[in-house]
Amino acid sequence: MRRDFALIKPWVRPSSRILDLACGDGTLLSELKKEKDVRGYGLEINPDKIHKCIEQGVNVIEQDIDQGLQNFDTNSFDTVIMTSALQALHNPDKVLDEMLRVGKECIVTFPNFGHWRCRLHLSTRGRMPVSEFMPYSWFDTPNIHFCTFKDFEDLCHTKNLLVLKRLVTDHSHQNSALTKLAPNLLGEIAIYHLCRKTSGIRS
Amino acid sequence: MPEIIPEDSVGLVSPQTIPFSDPLTLSCGRTLDKYDLRVETYGQLNESFSNAVLICHALSGDHHAAGYHSMDDRKPGWWDSSIGPGKPIDTNHFFVVCLNNLGGCHGSSGPVEANPETGKPWGPDFPVVTVDDWVESQVRLADHLGIQQWAAIVGGSLGGMQVLEWTIRYPDRVRHAAVIASAPKLSAQNIAFNEVARQAIMSDSEFHGGRYQEKGTIPSKGIGLARMVGHITYLSDEAMKAKFGRELKKEYLSFDYDAEFQVESYLRYQAQEFSKRFDANSYLLMTRALDYYDPASRYNHNLVEALSEAKARFLVISFTTDWRFSPERSEEIVDALHAARKEVTYLKVDAPQGHDAFLMDIPRYTSALKAWMKHVAHESQQINEAGVQS
Repeated sequence: MRRDFALIKPWVRPSSRILDLACGDGTLLSELKKEKDVRGYGLEINPDKIHKCIEQGVNVIEQDIDQGLQNFDTNSFDTVIMTSALQALHNPDKVLDEMLRVGKECIVTFPNFGHWRCRLHLSTRGRMPVSEFMPYSWFDTPNIHFCTFKDFEDLCHTKNLLVLKRLVTDHSHQNSALTKLAPNLLGEIAIYHLCRKTSGIRS
Repeated sequence: MPEIIPEDSVGLVSPQTIPFSDPLTLSCGRTLDKYDLRVETYGQLNESFSNAVLICHALSGDHHAAGYHSMDDRKPGWWDSSIGPGKPIDTNHFFVVCLNNLGGCHGSSGPVEANPETGKPWGPDFPVVTVDDWVESQVRLADHLGIQQWAAIVGGSLGGMQVLEWTIRYPDRVRHAAVIASAPKLSAQNIAFNEVARQAIMSDSEFHGGRYQEKGTIPSKGIGLARMVGHITYLSDEAMKAKFGRELKKEYLSFDYDAEFQVESYLRYQAQEFSKRFDANSYLLMTRALDYYDPASRYNHNLVEALSEAKARFLVISFTTDWRFSPERSEEIVDALHAARKEVTYLKVDAPQGHDAFLMDIPRYTSALKAWMKHVAHESQQINEAGVQS
């Protein structure tokens, strides 16, 4: 099981309605269904991953989230989740808007480009970071919109979004004391739980 | 002709005609006092009757969905690629039922069959039936077979409309619904194509107001022309380019109007073959059923409301180059389903074959249907085991 999934699960309320954007093979939804009796759908465009969703019995809808979520009603989901896909979107800011339109809350995870390894790679080698964690070269990477935690929080601030919770983990998804101390330097993956400031904070 | 029956075929099958004598009141207000349904079944019904799958046919389909009627058959049933042992609709697990719809011309009551009141063929006097009427007749068939709830109902195109109607009309009688290359209603363009087809038939001098059987003739030109226009809309531009291009039959131009291009020759052949196997009055009737179908019209033109009582888990599939029933039309169904908070999975399969893709063995489509049906089979088995234990 992916560790970020384990960290996300406590933030999902039992029997809630979930939309999982870029849901991959449907593992998260499948586990949430079993463990928390959630309902909802995954959106995915990769045919192999869609097939795996069907095999897992997950309700998957073939849809490109970069084209928007206009076909979903406002506030039709309790929580909209998107794990490790923000950086691969053409319009991450617009997708974020859409997530918080169709959902009352959202959970987003993404890799931190401000991590010390990335900084070291760029500053010492003068090249775009390629690592086990970010295995692509600049020209073939699906990850076209990298940001750091600080960048992301700036965007949330501009959009008037409320950060309900934030977790920063290192590459083994441990939320250690060190990552808490200097998240933008030591954190590799960020997990944000957001809502609109106007929609009220959940109790 | 199959020299040997393939291992994954349902093999040699024979249809049966089931007579019904409970009067069936139709959407048009008329009543069929007695009617027959021509039916084929494949596989075995389990002890709890929980593994039955209904296949709904499209415009020119019939009850012969899989297998062969004799060793002399040139081709198997129309959906043999998906029905059989080990195939997506696996006859090792399911009891599969397919029928010729009312108004068809392959053994069920319809224009070519005798009107029990007169003993003569119904011809144009057979009532105009609707998708709703078909579903009602299929309910009678289910009752006759003792099937209280279908494990799944599966259909493409016009067949998909029947599936949709079942989930709206009889939510408790269908657990899973596969709606393939279909639409919640026809567009004006679609109705227009149907109208061209009907005009082709009705303007044939052999049509005789639909009473051609009495005159011992058939409007083969008209029905052939109707098929031609239909056939063009079932193929994509890409598929036609790949199949025919601008290829000529001869190496030179003849400067006349014989079939010079391969595509012309193909269409003429299709037209001729179709006129031998399909009745013109049935064709009029089937296209009308397509035109009329619009379940949302009963719910303030709100498809979400129409589907609000549905209980089935849905699988919706569209094909990228299908322009007769485009992916956008399937997505209308999908959007209504998720807005109505129903369980739905949707695939848009990249396939060059156009609308006809739904009848073909396209790896992504076939494997998705197979994976989805596997869950259906698993659930049917669980219900069966629970039933046997209790």
